[in-house]
Amino acid sequence: MLFEQILFFVAAIGALAGALGVVLLRNPFYSVLSLIAHLVSLAVLFLLLHSEFLAAAQIVVYAGAIMVLYLFVTAYVGGTDRTFVRGGEMGLTGQFGVIMAGALFVVISLAILGSSLDALDTRGPDVDPGFGSPGAIGELLLQKFLIAFEAASFLLLVAAVCAVVLARRRRGLES
Amino acid sequence: MNVVWFVVLSALIFAIGAAGVMTRRSPLVILLCTELMLNACNLALLSFARMHGSGDGQIFALVVMVVAACEVVIGLGLIVAIYRKRMAIDVDALSELRG
Repeated sequence: MLFEQILFFVAAIGALAGALGVVLLRNPFYSVLSLIAHLVSLAVLFLLLHSEFLAAAQIVVYAGAIMVLYLFVTAYVGGTDRTFVRGGEMGLTGQFGVIMAGALFVVISLAILGSSLDALDTRGPDVDPGFGSPGAIGELLLQKFLIAFEAASFLLLVAAVCAVVLARRRRGLES
Repeated sequence: MNVVWFVVLSALIFAIGAAGVMTRRSPLVILLCTELMLNACNLALLSFARMHGSGDGQIFALVVMVVAACEVVIGLGLIVAIYRKRMAIDVDALSELRG
């Protein structure tokens, strides 16, 4: 129990620090690295929620594959500092954005605390050991949520075709 | 740990991501901040799945992950296409679609 709490707070501080790093670091390359730290911390939190398969997917797919793609594009495009918000000269829209984000947090927190869900203040029901394992996820995915699974695969196909269309060198459209 | 801690943490991460989307000007970093918001949603979904003790929320989070992957692919493709046209990688400069 105590170990669980310590792990939660360490992972939560890691996730928050990673998120703040993404927003505040000026070089986008460091932002991507900070997001990787954030995703690994989130995977620890997923493990605390008995979502073993999603934690593994988070590390392998997100922190592994997608972030490598990000790093490649960041290195290709080149991170120059001139296009980013500098510390002192954030401007009116920047300040407005920060205020709006704070207001968003307050509103979401009020919604959570005002939802009067009694189960929110518990650890959740006791689940059997197979909860969140690849077997349980696969069973749900191929039986109860088969249509969502097929729609997701179709969405991935569309995204792959879109990426090819967007990234190829084309004539005519550019001239 | 009680579920409410996880949900409040996800709200905090979501707000940080929203602040990033509203303050940063590089499309790359804006995409990263969108990832932050999607991951905050995933954390909330998994917390509620744990609260109900059912696996449906985990499937939902998995589908959100798929959507995030598609969004990354198309967003990065757009950024590379913009870079190929030698335009500035800056959302303030890319305002042709403004009405």
